[in-house]
Amino acid sequence: MSTDILNEVTQTDYKYGFTTDIETDIIPIGLNEDVVRLISSKKNEPEWMLEFRLKAYRHWLTMKLPDWAHLNIPEIDYQSIAYYAAPRINAPKSLDEVDPELLKTFEKLGIPLHERMALSGIAVDAVMDSVSVKTTFKESLSELGIIFCSFSEAVENHPDLVKKYMSSVVPYTDNFFATLNCAVFSDGSFVYIPKGVRCPMELSTYFRINAMNTGQFERTLIVADEDSYVSYLEGCTAPMRDENQLHAAIVEIVAMKNAEVKYSTVQNWYPGDKNGVGGIYNFVTKRGICKGAYSKISWTQVETGSAITWKYPSCILLGDNSSAEFYSVAVTNHHQQADTGTKMLHIGKNTTSHILSKGISAGLSQNSYRGLVKINPAAENARNFSQCDSLLLGDKCGAHTFPYMEVNNDTAIVEHEATTSKINEDQIFYCNQRGISTEDAVGLIVNGYAKEVLNKLPMEFAVEAQKLLQITLEGSVG
Amino acid sequence: MLEIKNLHANINGKEILKGLSLTVNAGEIHAIMGPNGAGKSTLASVLTGNPAFTVTEGEVTFNAKNLLELTPENRSREGIFLSFQYPVEIPGVSMVNFMRTAVNEHRKYKKLEPMSATDFLRMQREKKELVEMDNKLANRSVNEGFSGGEKKRNEIFQMAMLDPMLSILDETDSGLDIDALRIVANGVNKLKRSDNASIVITHYQRLLDYIVPDFVHVLYDGRIVKSGGKELALELEERGYDWIKKEVDGE
Amino acid sequence: MEQQYLDLYKAQHESIKKHSAKVMNNLRDAAFSQFEKLGFPTVALENYKYTDLKEPLSIDYGLNINRIPIPVNPYDVFKCDVPGIHSYLYFVVNDGFYPVSDPRNSKLPDGVIIGSVKEVATLHPELLQDYFGKLSSTKEDGLIAFNGAFAQDGFFMYIPENVILDKPVQLVNIMRADVDFMAVSHNLIILEKGAKAQLLVCDHTVDEVRFLSNRVTEVFVAENATYEHYKLENAHNKTTNLSTLLIKQQASSNVLANVITLHNGLTHNMIEIDVDGEHCETELCGMVIADKNQQVDNFTSIIHNKPNCSSRELFKYVLDDSSKGAFTGKLYVAKDAQKTAAFQTNRNILLKKTAKMRTKPQLEIYADDVKCSHGATIGSLDETAKFYMQARGISEEEARLLLMFAFTNDVIENIRIPALQDRMKILVEKRLRGELSKCEGCVICQ
Ligand SMILES: Nc1ncnc2c1ncn2[C@@H]1O[C@H](COP(=O)(O)OP(=O)(O)OP(=O)(O)O)[C@@H](O)[C@H]1O
Ligand SMILES: [Mg+2]
Repeated sequence: MSTDILNEVTQTDYKYGFTTDIETDIIPIGLNEDVVRLISSKKNEPEWMLEFRLKAYRHWLTMKLPDWAHLNIPEIDYQSIAYYAAPRINAPKSLDEVDPELLKTFEKLGIPLHERMALSGIAVDAVMDSVSVKTTFKESLSELGIIFCSFSEAVENHPDLVKKYMSSVVPYTDNFFATLNCAVFSDGSFVYIPKGVRCPMELSTYFRINAMNTGQFERTLIVADEDSYVSYLEGCTAPMRDENQLHAAIVEIVAMKNAEVKYSTVQNWYPGDKNGVGGIYNFVTKRGICKGAYSKISWTQVETGSAITWKYPSCILLGDNSSAEFYSVAVTNHHQQADTGTKMLHIGKNTTSHILSKGISAGLSQNSYRGLVKINPAAENARNFSQCDSLLLGDKCGAHTFPYMEVNNDTAIVEHEATTSKINEDQIFYCNQRGISTEDAVGLIVNGYAKEVLNKLPMEFAVEAQKLLQITLEGSVG
Repeated sequence: MLEIKNLHANINGKEILKGLSLTVNAGEIHAIMGPNGAGKSTLASVLTGNPAFTVTEGEVTFNAKNLLELTPENRSREGIFLSFQYPVEIPGVSMVNFMRTAVNEHRKYKKLEPMSATDFLRMQREKKELVEMDNKLANRSVNEGFSGGEKKRNEIFQMAMLDPMLSILDETDSGLDIDALRIVANGVNKLKRSDNASIVITHYQRLLDYIVPDFVHVLYDGRIVKSGGKELALELEERGYDWIKKEVDGE
Repeated sequence: MEQQYLDLYKAQHESIKKHSAKVMNNLRDAAFSQFEKLGFPTVALENYKYTDLKEPLSIDYGLNINRIPIPVNPYDVFKCDVPGIHSYLYFVVNDGFYPVSDPRNSKLPDGVIIGSVKEVATLHPELLQDYFGKLSSTKEDGLIAFNGAFAQDGFFMYIPENVILDKPVQLVNIMRADVDFMAVSHNLIILEKGAKAQLLVCDHTVDEVRFLSNRVTEVFVAENATYEHYKLENAHNKTTNLSTLLIKQQASSNVLANVITLHNGLTHNMIEIDVDGEHCETELCGMVIADKNQQVDNFTSIIHNKPNCSSRELFKYVLDDSSKGAFTGKLYVAKDAQKTAAFQTNRNILLKKTAKMRTKPQLEIYADDVKCSHGATIGSLDETAKFYMQARGISEEEARLLLMFAFTNDVIENIRIPALQDRMKILVEKRLRGELSKCEGCVICQ
């Protein structure tokens, strides 16, 4: 491939990032116990929740930022951050007030109209469509006994469930960012699927709207009781506007006997401009526990945004015969840095895990896979297969693979394969010869390369994600 | 239609084409034969703009345009099609998606609207029949896991889809069984018109029984050293290349 | 733990220096302050995550600072008859080069120097000046710093330009002492342009005391030179073997390093190959057979700094009983190292529930036009294959052996000295049959 084209395509700016001045109900910046108390009282939380926050806050004070990731994290001043912001007041009133570039992206992605409004930050009560959608969903779900609401609502209405499961997978002491989240989390979602219930719809469209303004410290808890099933979609393909630079979310999943949870993420937050200025720092702790026998958790992620991504959706395979999957596509460009992967901790007998990671780096970016597969002594007949591939576009980026395998049982079979190579020039020429431009050829080839992962996404999401890769590549990779 | 004058080209500094000249007019079929390593595939690569090769001298005009100035994709859109000697596998990219992108790019170049999905599928069905290609192949990734023969058929299918002015078939016959050979040749013949042309690169006279050439050229050591009618192919089949090599090297 | 050594150095540094060479002493104080700063490595460090040195370092070892000659004639201790392997044979006893060479050794080619670092440093200081410590002194590692402070001698080999050694050099390290003993040595190997040499290093212990060996080996391979390094460890299980092998390759050179642990106590091999010229070839392989409580950690890095080079790495482990294996394979491709082709494989078999394996292959790649891959597997013997053999009348035990042998075979196949390859096949088979459960003298020469 001629370097000219590479230069050209890797230098196109992220077209859709922008900032807006918004009036918000903001707590004074900085973090101390009073701020934690204030957050809790603004949310009308019960005493036990405040106690939990304070416990976490006190622990956080004793912790240090981890430095093992292959990331260059600028100094973050935790005292210069506002830890609570109420919903926007002067949000746009209609689509006419929304950035036309943003609307163009929605168009390309084929996002339904009512969602476009919500996603552009139009005040939710102005979006009649989505409100009715929301209500319909809520009704049909509650008929099945499914609880799906904001985390705050769950604290209020289902305190027993929240108390029982919150922090049961990610303890409040887990890591620097998780602990910070425990102290100051803003809001998020709560899902409970009762015994024997298959959630009849992807918890997606609804969620997108629901998740607006959950802020930078999001917290999600999904509990799938025995013999239940749910597929949950987080994030969206549209570029997320957000003026908060630091994001530290927690997602916890509990799968009981025979339950199955599919969790899919598409993350496309503002990655900063081509000089590496601005952009979201995304430090997420995602972990699921296959608690009961024959339970199953699968993580699928498409990561294209953020300046820094630090994220390892993991599974604890506790129940016998439980299984876990991790499928990931991570694209980085310009100065983006991603250090992402998974941990599979095998404890139960006959547990299986499967890891498939596809990294694509362009520009000056650094893209790392980091993973741990650990087989405990009691995990008889555990199986793991990992495949980590990296594709390089351009000679100024880096692709790295850091898998750790620790096996303490002779009946385990653990396999890991990784490859790194540049995009194949013969393939590009073959496309060229059929009249396809290099930019489109790179788009096609990269999509093909990521196909196995994209195929794991729920249908509607997969189509969008595919377009997203194409757009990301069109605009910023190839 | 195509005029090549004194073409010199190298790869990694190694000169392969050493002053090659050839003229192809509309309605003609030219066969190019020659020993292994003579530069036949190189000629095909240079005409289609493969960036691995560098042209150092000479000129190529195609329908009054300077071909060497065009990007590979624009050469394709201008109507040059290469059936690759070794078709490339592109994992994960479905044939349908690939072909639809290509067809629409060609249409865009001609300032035509993109084809609707229904029209495209209809066209694909028609063209597939032409090469008796298995329906299942279209849903698989481009050339991935195709047998040698299937890949070659797939090349001719793509040629039918893109309807080129000049098609270059680089050893499309190798790896085909007798039936497939007839099918492929049939396909090529059906696509032949008075306003298009073909260059057929082959080692075997056999193919030329099906696709009857107007001219046969021998490419040796980077040049066309002998040209004749279709009887030249028969003579080569019988006598091999040694006598030509002697003639040339003895010069 | 460090304290006794800090005190020892402060009290004895005069004697240490007196019994060493200038080229070593030049770097000694700096190494010591580095050791003061770093201390011994702990499991908190990535490089020693899987090797806990607390217990072996708690032993009160003796050091031979005043270089008192050890009363042993290795030619008596080892009845070597070198079947089929014609070599230039040398001995190192603990950490000192044994000054008397084998009377059966034929004359070395002109210009080749083999001997003790200390002696060569006095005779030809100019030879060592540009090399000694150049690789090791840049490393931030407590064990290497310790070595810099305490090593007084080592093995030296110099092959001049375009000289091709017709036979391998065989270096037998013998650990011999009446009390728990620590040997600290620093070896230096230099191959000038176009030179060719093969070195076979065998590690042995003869006395039933605790041994700790801390050895640093630096190898410089100039343009177009070819170097083969074979290390065979066959020591008793009270031995702690901490070794560092640092190789620097210049353009168009070819290096093979093959590190085999047949029997040991606790081993930590740090191997780093720095490929610093174009068109180099590098092959790094190794095998571990461990049982009981043995521990082996191979921590390897191949660093590609220049374009158009290729490397292959292959490590295989067979772990029985409560043995513990660890492998790290770091493959680093610098920004300018385009067209690097680097492939790494690590395969491991656990034979018992109590055996443990940790593997950590890593690719760190900053160039785009590369082909790199790694694969790692941990598993047990292939049951279907075993059953197939049993169905053909082969006993289960024999089938297991055949499979294990087949498993290790490709590492042995990488040995380019045919006689050594044959010998290794026999030794590995014996080891797998449990016949070599205890090291007895020089296995190569048995
Ligand atoms: N990448 C390359 N680097 C160096 N030489 C090359 C390269 N590709 C092709 N060549 C050389 O160019 C010469 C011409 O090759 P070409 O493929 O054009 O031959 P051909 O006439 O098509 O042969 P065949 O009948 O075997 O297909 C051969 O000597 C070949 O080895
Ligand atoms: Mg050819």
